[in-house]
Amino acid sequence: MTVLSVEGLSKTFDMHVLGDTQVVGLDDVSFDVREGEFLAVVGESGSGKSSLLKCLYRTYDPTAGRVRYRGGDGEIDLASCGDRTVMNLRADAIGYAAQFLDEIPRVPAADVVARPLIEGGQPVARARERARELLSALRVPEELWDAYPATFSGGERQRVNLAQALAPKPGLLLLDEPTSALDPETRRAAIDLLDSYLGDSTTVVGVFHNSGVVEAVADRVVVLDDGQVRAVVPAAEYDGGGLG
Amino acid sequence: MTLLDASGIEVVYGPGCPQCVESTGDRAGTNQCHRCGSIVACADADIDVEAGEVLGVVGESGSGKSSLAEALALDRNSEATVDGEVRYAGYDGNLLDADYQTRHDLRTGEIALVHQHIRDGLELDVTGGGNVAEKLLAAGWRSYENVRERVRNLFEETEIPPARMDDPTGTYSGGMQRRVQIARALSTEPDLVVLDEPTTGLDVSVQARVLDTFRRVQREEGVAAIVVSHDLGVVRLLADRTLVMHHGRIVESGLTDRVMEDPHHEYTQTLINSVI
Repeated sequence: MTVLSVEGLSKTFDMHVLGDTQVVGLDDVSFDVREGEFLAVVGESGSGKSSLLKCLYRTYDPTAGRVRYRGGDGEIDLASCGDRTVMNLRADAIGYAAQFLDEIPRVPAADVVARPLIEGGQPVARARERARELLSALRVPEELWDAYPATFSGGERQRVNLAQALAPKPGLLLLDEPTSALDPETRRAAIDLLDSYLGDSTTVVGVFHNSGVVEAVADRVVVLDDGQVRAVVPAAEYDGGGLG
Repeated sequence: MTLLDASGIEVVYGPGCPQCVESTGDRAGTNQCHRCGSIVACADADIDVEAGEVLGVVGESGSGKSSLAEALALDRNSEATVDGEVRYAGYDGNLLDADYQTRHDLRTGEIALVHQHIRDGLELDVTGGGNVAEKLLAAGWRSYENVRERVRNLFEETEIPPARMDDPTGTYSGGMQRRVQIARALSTEPDLVVLDEPTTGLDVSVQARVLDTFRRVQREEGVAAIVVSHDLGVVRLLADRTLVMHHGRIVESGLTDRVMEDPHHEYTQTLINSVI
């Protein structure tokens, strides 16, 4: 079953502060994502990968096109639905991990990860337990679990961020380079977790720079170039495109 | 469920004239009427808030944020003329025209305002506990024991040392005074709290504590909030949706992350790009 149909998605930024310059982020992007699939989005810096995820999550308002999402309650056009519909979907169906942790002052790492579970209605004790399991699987040192992430290294923060996004096992998970700051060993732990923790009910659209990660986790690959789709290929046929 | 539904809110300081609205606003580039000199603090403002939702209102000083917030919180201001319509779940009619009793019931039960200036919200020579108790008494609480118990719980919830309950509020630190205001606002379990510049006058570590306390309690209690701030960080941290005000008009609104990362209006783009 197709869970996401992106059709002619475009995003243009009107930069009033730059004398009304228009900047094209995405230009007529179309692809489908099947339920439970892991779709990798690759391309050079500035090719529109992050813009694509942000349009799907509605951090950006798409300028044109449709994003047909088939969740629990029938079909919704993510490109045009109201803000409150987006808020509800974010609360229980669509997760997003930015490349860097958007930290909340004075909230310990384990609580950052447990929070979405508690807000989703899980008992606090079980949510904390789950948070600890995830942080452990991502090799975040135990002495950091009750510390504030503001003082963490880039890699540690990124793992807290990834754990937070994975925790509720959303139906659709959008990941923006969730392993960019990790060393190879930790990256492997993250890949193993993506594989083992998320079942077939989670569909992932993830932006990755590292072709090793793409090979390890992706089913198919969307190659973006200058805001346009250059190719959509099975991961096995993807040669890294020189991204190495 | 829609909790608060306001439309065409207009707040004018001064005599007012038929040209006030037309000659002010974002396009006119001023909030002062060229004909009669009145200040149009806000006009044409439509706002709705759902139960449990946090709405941010941002804009520079003088953009009309506080005037709008006070009108929505049904706070009477003798110097301003307030027009428009404010509807609230469970109440009939336009609450801007409501009688004293209805307004009193709403202000002591349903809607709480945390003033920007602590002196507007608290009696500094009264004890911290007394400031919170006063609201409970106004709402009809009568048993001394129950009031005392409730105040103690609220102090704990908002992280004010209960040992300071019987000290004059003027002897508290700025951060504690702000938390007394929040405790007082939450005391009667309102459905909507209006926070006007909740971090004014607080240093950064105290700001974080006040905001975190409010965020936790807001989520635990499922109370809706309107958070007015010139500080985009405060609104980013707390608000689900955000309105941007400029020269007394709402120039943009949307999901908070959308407004911050994909601002559409020229003024919003300038505002976002001005963050240090």
